[in-house]
Amino acid sequence: MIRRYLLEDQRRWNILIAVVLFMGTGWIFLTRLPSGTTNYGEQPAPRKGFYAPEFSLELLSGGQVTLSDLRGKVVLVNFWASWCPPCRLEMPAIEKAANLYKERDVVILGVNTTYQDSEKNAASFVKDHNLTFAIPLDRDGKVSKQYTLSGLPTTFFIDRTGVIRSVVVGGPMSEGTILSQVEDLLKGNP
Amino acid sequence: MFPYLRLGPLLVQLPGLALLVGVWVGSLLAEREAHRLKGVAADIYNLIFIGLASGIVGARLTYAARYLGVYLANPLSLFALNGNTLAVSDGLIIGMAAAALYIWRKKLPVRSTLDALAPGFAVFMVFLGVGHILSGDAFGASSHLPWSIYLWGEYRHPSQFYEVMAGLVTLAVILRRPLETAGQGLNFLLAIALSAAARILLEAFRGDSLIWGGGFRAAQVLGLIFLIAALWWMKRWIQPDDKILTK
Repeated sequence: MIRRYLLEDQRRWNILIAVVLFMGTGWIFLTRLPSGTTNYGEQPAPRKGFYAPEFSLELLSGGQVTLSDLRGKVVLVNFWASWCPPCRLEMPAIEKAANLYKERDVVILGVNTTYQDSEKNAASFVKDHNLTFAIPLDRDGKVSKQYTLSGLPTTFFIDRTGVIRSVVVGGPMSEGTILSQVEDLLKGNP
Repeated sequence: MFPYLRLGPLLVQLPGLALLVGVWVGSLLAEREAHRLKGVAADIYNLIFIGLASGIVGARLTYAARYLGVYLANPLSLFALNGNTLAVSDGLIIGMAAAALYIWRKKLPVRSTLDALAPGFAVFMVFLGVGHILSGDAFGASSHLPWSIYLWGEYRHPSQFYEVMAGLVTLAVILRRPLETAGQGLNFLLAIALSAAARILLEAFRGDSLIWGGGFRAAQVLGLIFLIAALWWMKRWIQPDDKILTK
């Protein structure tokens, strides 16, 4: 029926195209958003395009780190545990990035999921791998829960405004992955 | 939302698995359709494989080309199993170009081949929506309707479910072949037109749209271009003396 009454009649089909064009344009116009807006990042959520949930944790080396204090810098938040094989495999690449970017506005936080690890094991892991970046301790698992951690390692790449731009679940991440994502954020690319 | 499944030491990424199942079921349907259209099912299988493989390799290489220094220093990173380091739109173009080259080299009948792909394309769109349900991507705009879902900190349109429903409607239409033609490429164009129409309609309920100047949603504008192009092409490809397909 569609074929006989519409498609084979060129005039009717042209009218259909015109109607579709008119209605489509109208719908697009009616549902447009105010210029420059998007629903992205209106509230904190552990996913790409949203503000990274705020946390404040004690560091293995002493002292404390608060995520919001790092605004204006590119932040890599890596969740790990000493017993996790892929965490162990990707640590050299993260340490390399930490050294490479230490003179630039990049902060790397290796959040140890202490609630499912131990401070002692975390400390010997850090020593064995010669890690120089900050190691916050998630002792009660609150931050891991906030970030809906579903597997280890998990890494969040956060831009200078505090918005998560990329999430990598599982590992090990390659050097190429880490460096290219950080370069992107340093350039200010979304 | 159920993005990962832990199986012992393995962390299975379920959205990726949904896409793989989509490709598999889509390939089976496309092969079946090719057989029905008196084509060679193996050609369709090869076409899908070449398009996919070229697309994935192309997506990784074009991504690496943007960070040439990083990848020259770490060439093994090219083989990383990580979707974050794929240039998806570039991969899509490269995959389609490779598939077109295969059609040309093997002298496959273009319209008949496209028609064979139509049900496969439609079923893949359904699984793409399923992947979005699992990952929580392509999420809806804030809303307070009886069927709103709580996701990413607020109640939203269940846009991923809308997507699956639109995909199922498109699939049902494509499987019925309402244009009653065999191998004229019209069923494929109809699948494109319906998918584009769904995108124009449903993008309005998305909360993560890419916004262009003037506040226009990029996916809607592109959807309208694809819709009009598909309808115009249907007019060009229709032949009054086409054989009516006996069902």
